[in-house]
Amino acid sequence: MNTIILRTVAPVVTALTLLFSVFVLLRGHNEPGGGFIGGLIAVSGLAIYGIAFGTGAVRRALRFHPMAIAGAGLLIAMLSGLVSIFAGVPFMTGLWITPSLFGTDIPLSTVISFDVGVYLVVLGAITSIVLALEQEPGPEFPAPALRGTTSRRAETAAFAREGAPDPVTKKKRRKSGGKR
Amino acid sequence: MAATTPALTFAALMLPFLAALLAPMLSRLMGHRAALVLALAPALACLHFLSFLPEIAAGESATGGYVWVPSFNLSFSWFLDGLSLTFALLITGIGTLIVLYSGAYMKGHPQQGRFLAFILFFMGAMLGLVVSDSFLMLFVYWELTSIASFLLIGFDHDRAEARRAALQALVVTGGGGLALLAGLVLLWNVTGITQLSLLLHSGLPLSASPQYFAILLLVLAGCFTKSAQFPFHFWLPNAMQAPTPVSAYLHSATMVKAGVYLLMRLQPVLGDTPAWEILLPFFGGITLISGALLGLRQTDLKMMLAYTTMASLGLMVMLTGFGSDHAIEAAVLYLIAHSLFKGALFMVAGAIDHETGTREISKLGGLRKAMPVTFAAAALAALSMAGLPLFFGFLAKEEIYLALVDGNPRAIFFLCLAVIGNALMGALALAIGFKPFLGPNRPDLGPVHEGPWGLWLGPVVLALLGLLAGVFSGTAHQYFSTPMASAVLHENTVIDISTVPHLGLPLLLSVLTLILAGLVLLQLETARGLMRRLFDALGPGPDRGFDHAVQGLIRLSVVLTRILQPGRLEIYVTATFILLALTLLVPPFLFNEFPAMPAFPQTVALHEWVFLGIAVIGVAAVLRAADRLTAIVALGIQGFAIAVLFLLFGAPDLSFTQFMVETLSVVILALVMTRLRLTPSDHRPLLQRLFDGTIALACGTGFTLLLLKSVETPFDNALTDFFNAYSKVIAHGANVVNVIIVDFRGVDTLGEIAVVMITGLAVLALVRVRAGTKTELGAGGAKRTATAIPIGKTAAKAPTTKAPQAKPSTGRPDR
Repeated sequence: MNTIILRTVAPVVTALTLLFSVFVLLRGHNEPGGGFIGGLIAVSGLAIYGIAFGTGAVRRALRFHPMAIAGAGLLIAMLSGLVSIFAGVPFMTGLWITPSLFGTDIPLSTVISFDVGVYLVVLGAITSIVLALEQEPGPEFPAPALRGTTSRRAETAAFAREGAPDPVTKKKRRKSGGKR
Repeated sequence: MAATTPALTFAALMLPFLAALLAPMLSRLMGHRAALVLALAPALACLHFLSFLPEIAAGESATGGYVWVPSFNLSFSWFLDGLSLTFALLITGIGTLIVLYSGAYMKGHPQQGRFLAFILFFMGAMLGLVVSDSFLMLFVYWELTSIASFLLIGFDHDRAEARRAALQALVVTGGGGLALLAGLVLLWNVTGITQLSLLLHSGLPLSASPQYFAILLLVLAGCFTKSAQFPFHFWLPNAMQAPTPVSAYLHSATMVKAGVYLLMRLQPVLGDTPAWEILLPFFGGITLISGALLGLRQTDLKMMLAYTTMASLGLMVMLTGFGSDHAIEAAVLYLIAHSLFKGALFMVAGAIDHETGTREISKLGGLRKAMPVTFAAAALAALSMAGLPLFFGFLAKEEIYLALVDGNPRAIFFLCLAVIGNALMGALALAIGFKPFLGPNRPDLGPVHEGPWGLWLGPVVLALLGLLAGVFSGTAHQYFSTPMASAVLHENTVIDISTVPHLGLPLLLSVLTLILAGLVLLQLETARGLMRRLFDALGPGPDRGFDHAVQGLIRLSVVLTRILQPGRLEIYVTATFILLALTLLVPPFLFNEFPAMPAFPQTVALHEWVFLGIAVIGVAAVLRAADRLTAIVALGIQGFAIAVLFLLFGAPDLSFTQFMVETLSVVILALVMTRLRLTPSDHRPLLQRLFDGTIALACGTGFTLLLLKSVETPFDNALTDFFNAYSKVIAHGANVVNVIIVDFRGVDTLGEIAVVMITGLAVLALVRVRAGTKTELGAGGAKRTATAIPIGKTAAKAPTTKAPQAKPSTGRPDR
């Protein structure tokens, strides 16, 4: 939705949503929340950003490929489980340490790093799906031959997921449309 | 004593695998000399097993092993008696020679390391097979030998025939292996025993069990495929596509005998029944005669040997199943003799091929001066195979005839088969052992000379052993034949046949066999032509049948795929939901398990009514929506209302997740809709709408019934109490739901997030594939190509794009 309101609000909303998602992730151990739900919240924040500025902007903002993020998450979760080997207890046993920082006890555990892994997997995988679907078959994909071009265009307008200050996509669309 | 230390035995069993791992590296470092080092592995293992000899010869057996999975009663355990020890010695002894031989035979081959690794890998598997005590270990090793054989037959994977032969061998022997697994599992079910040694000692009357016949057939399917019995024999000649060391080792001396080994091993348990004594001699006899006749047709040394191997295996199976003690003893003697002379002859064939470049018997001749050592080995081995006195092969043949000389018609029938088979094999043996070496020199072969020592050491040692074992038959019997026969019979027996000819019917039959063999040898050309015409007249054999079966399978799967995967999303969705509705509704009807009408609460708070109402309105809006986007959003409304209800009834976590899932589903569904390029609104005809609506209602009703039924059962608080009590204490978390997810059931979650990630990857791949195929289709029409090209041009200019997209007519982008 290429409206000025959305494009003004989107960065703020996204930033707040992401912050909130981390908050939900961390409070999960004692109050409603956790990695799954936190990850889903983060995805919805990124989705808003994508709707406002296009997928290219999201990809640039993420820096890494979403699947790489998911992979890293899986690795973190796996490693959190493996830590217990060094303590001589079964795989995935939760281990806690409580270092004191400036007088405050901070409980840290492999359980929390596992939850971070869950968060990253959900964030990465679902974002990847959303971005892949959201993306116009543009430079990233070869253009499909279009059938029923008009209805498709009307539909695109209706669903308008492409706000796109993404120069590549825009240029392509204009040009191909002109030649057609 | 070394024999009593299980660690050493374990090391001996693992040594070939270790050597296999080292082989590629060593070959890179040392070239063909690596074989010298690698041969140490089987040699050491052989020495270790030799240390068992006195114990086993005294009639004892040795078991050992380690517990593997105690909860399943599984162990890695071995069982050494006369049978398995003789096999182990054959495998490691011949294996040592084969590794040395391979070093010389494959000298300079760029893939020599890989080859040696495969050979050693096979050796480890085969060794494990024959000493295995537990059924599972036996099966695992059994299949490992099949895989090793696949790798070795297909070693020259550039050639289509080698690939086909490898695949064929794998399908036939691997399929048989599965049958064997079923047989072993059934055996375990019936007896409750998972170890061969216990099974042999239990003395259970298995033949009385109603499952006996099924067990027998399944085990026979495994053994017959492995040991190339008719009608599964066709893979063995094709397996000659493998390099010659492989043929000498796997496909004559060891692997193909695995089936015979298992038959002998299970003889005390499964034998002595009419079924056993009919099936084994029958199929063995057919294999013997057809193998010998098919062998006559060939002119390639290796192929001739391959068919005689098949015939010999048939003979062993026939004797094993014949049902008398003498027959078993004969089978044992023949098995040992065969390993020695056939291994030697194969290696001779390989040496001739290596030095002259041909294996065609008609092109060979006069090599005796050029290759005297090889000739000596070939002659000795051939004479043993033909069964001349002094040789071990003679003893085996005498014992065969001794076993089969009996008044009854059955014995006479099989005696005739044995005489004919032996005579034909004898003729082939003499042809292979002498024809290439005698006669005038063949100048067309060029300058020929003796191969390096590695090429003749193996045949010479094996051929000499065949002679020595015959001459010093007492020692050979004491240490090998007698313990082995005793193990097969599972009672003490003594073999005392010696090489001094004693007058009697067996000797007469031996002479008759030799005369027959001589006659066939003289008329070999005629016989060959005759056999060619005979088998051409018989038409295509099971080898062709295998091809037809494979093609048929492919065609069937194509047809099935077309039916089951027509490629229309509506059909998939309709089928899925019809099935779902049936699954939900049919069982309650069948078992009359309907839930009782639930009791409505007396008071429902106003806000609860409101959210229920919103949910219903959402559903109604979905049905009434004019276009798809509205419908999707309306579905979201309904989902949100449900999420609020979860919140009201004390499940905040669930509710949270539901909110997020609903939000994202609306976004993703809307995106999918744009991708699918549907018309914005729904244009299904009325009839279709009614049909789809009925399915939807049926599914909904089914789920309602299921939910009502499941809340009817009294709620078990055990888990709730457990988690409430321990969540804070053990896992330091107050949020029980999350503690379960990340701590109590952490491994589940790990699996789940892996699934989430795989789903993401799959969606990504699907979206890309779809984009790719569309271009391919689009490039077909001229108009579309015209559309596509400008896009391609633009894309080529775009900095982020890669080259392939600039030419859309090539279709699929290679990413």
